[in-house]
Amino acid sequence: MALSEAEVRHVARLARLALTDDEVAALAPQLSKILEYAEQVGEVAAGDDVEPTVHPFALANVVRADERRDGLTRDEVLAGAPATEADRFAVPRIVAEEG
Amino acid sequence: MADPTPPTPPTSTTPPATDAAGGSAADGALTRSTAVALAARLRRGEVSAREVVDAHLDRIAALDGVVADGPVWAAKAAEELTADDVHAYLAVTADAARAHADDVDRRRAAGEELGPLAGVPLALKDVLTMRGAPTTCGSRMLEDWVPPYDATVTRRLRDADVVVLGKTNMDEYAMGSSTENSAYGPTRNPWDLDRVPGGSSGGSAAAVAGLLAPLAIGTDTGGSIRQPAALTGLVGAKPTYGTVSRYGLVAFASSLDQAGPFARTVEDAAQLQALIQGHDPRDSTSVREEVPDLLAHLRDGIDGLRIGVVTELQGEGYEPGIAATFEASLERFERLGATIVEVSLPHAPYGLPAYYLIAPSEASSNLARFDGVRYGLRVDAPTAEEMNAATRAAGFGPEVKRRIMIGTHALSSGYYDAYYLQASKVRTLIARDFAAAFETADVLVSPTSPSVSFGLGTKTADPIAMYLNDVATVPASLAGNPALSLPAGLAEAPDAPGTQLPVGLQLMAPLLRDDLMYRVAWAFEQDLGFDPVPTGPRAVEVAR
Repeated sequence: MALSEAEVRHVARLARLALTDDEVAALAPQLSKILEYAEQVGEVAAGDDVEPTVHPFALANVVRADERRDGLTRDEVLAGAPATEADRFAVPRIVAEEG
Repeated sequence: MADPTPPTPPTSTTPPATDAAGGSAADGALTRSTAVALAARLRRGEVSAREVVDAHLDRIAALDGVVADGPVWAAKAAEELTADDVHAYLAVTADAARAHADDVDRRRAAGEELGPLAGVPLALKDVLTMRGAPTTCGSRMLEDWVPPYDATVTRRLRDADVVVLGKTNMDEYAMGSSTENSAYGPTRNPWDLDRVPGGSSGGSAAAVAGLLAPLAIGTDTGGSIRQPAALTGLVGAKPTYGTVSRYGLVAFASSLDQAGPFARTVEDAAQLQALIQGHDPRDSTSVREEVPDLLAHLRDGIDGLRIGVVTELQGEGYEPGIAATFEASLERFERLGATIVEVSLPHAPYGLPAYYLIAPSEASSNLARFDGVRYGLRVDAPTAEEMNAATRAAGFGPEVKRRIMIGTHALSSGYYDAYYLQASKVRTLIARDFAAAFETADVLVSPTSPSVSFGLGTKTADPIAMYLNDVATVPASLAGNPALSLPAGLAEAPDAPGTQLPVGLQLMAPLLRDDLMYRVAWAFEQDLGFDPVPTGPRAVEVAR
């Protein structure tokens, strides 16, 4: 399918990508071409008798033993963060203030 | 009581002759050596791990385009790199490598039992975490991020006393087939410094091909080890999916990503894969099934084996030099006693389209974590959502943005069934095709890449032209089967008559039969006698 610039802006919003107008203009035909290529998968007859594959081995419900073990320390985890405050990740306002 | 034998000095005291690459003639021999030969000399005490590491560091300082200063050497900034810099490494962990080598030497001298490759240096793709050095994934997003933990692959290498020299360049987040998508400038092919080394593990490939490391680890999602191995004259393997832990491997497409070895010989690659494989409780996709010993039957030959030629992975789209080398390879197999059989993977032509839905879909989900909060870049903005979007716009390059957009669209409301689900069903059909083919053939073969190495900048404008590099490697990725590329000879570059470049041959084996893949590769390699040291007018400098 061909993606319009409006659709590109919609997907960019979902993906949290602040694209410039130039990027949107360039991406619309590029993404359309890639999707058109990828849509060849639709030519394959694959009904309900064909299970999707996500792993070549049938693994199910892989869980570890429910026991305490050491993880990273708080300082190790926070060391890579761009902004911290009071031993937490600091982020800008998420919820708009109520009027 | 007289001792008739005077003690032999551990190393020669004669000052070595200086060669053109800025190292010594003795260093040249060390950097040309295979990993297995180095390990044997180390065990016999003929050379120290420190000398081996220093020889490689000297060569990296002379040829790779690094600022050889301080505990961790950084690559030169992209705009300062010259057309003669290989740029295989993004960071060289010089101090840590020397310290590890010294430690190996001390423990060996103390009589400690060490691993089969103890003291042998290695280059690690910058998508695997290692404490004490940045892990950038070739992205501005993670320019200054230093991970707080080691990947399982990294830890197993350290436990085996393989000495990590540094982190290698790659297409950003492993998305690409030429290493031109790195935010830190492209890596050059040691066979022709004006050409690409392939990708996404191009830095790892160039490190080994350029004699800047005897071994490297790459990762392969749709061909990112095999295609660069083919383009640089190396052996590169994607193990059976699930046999090498992904813990600490920054995820691109989780259901496909697999780390594996690069080496200049089949035996070196098998030795390295043996060190990193095995179940890991830290990776929930890690399998408990075991691969048979990769080395026990390496030299058994291929007399009587059935080699399956895949109808769909040849013909149109493959360069004449690739096709001719492939035909010659089949004749070689027959001379070695194998039988050539024709097999079909009827759904293989849908592999690449399926891959370009599955991989971007998983990438769009995996890369959501780069949001400016917990690690990496942040671009400030008044609200969290604006900060997320501005950070991601600034931190990701064009190819990563394209794939995130494709994946987000494919997974968005109303499209999932037609795209990701349908592609995952095609994947099942391809896996069934493989299973059927292995009823009539022991291993499958194809060219690894439709072309020899191409010029820097020649395919960057057309994403689909770049994607077609993976047409022969993607089917085994989707099915999960082990696959390997090894040198099949040299062929003329279509755009440069007279320029001879490496051609790769792909071997694909049944699930968990990585051992069989290596056995076939070894027999082929011994008969071919390919010299992996680059030659040509624009090849990297090598002391002869």
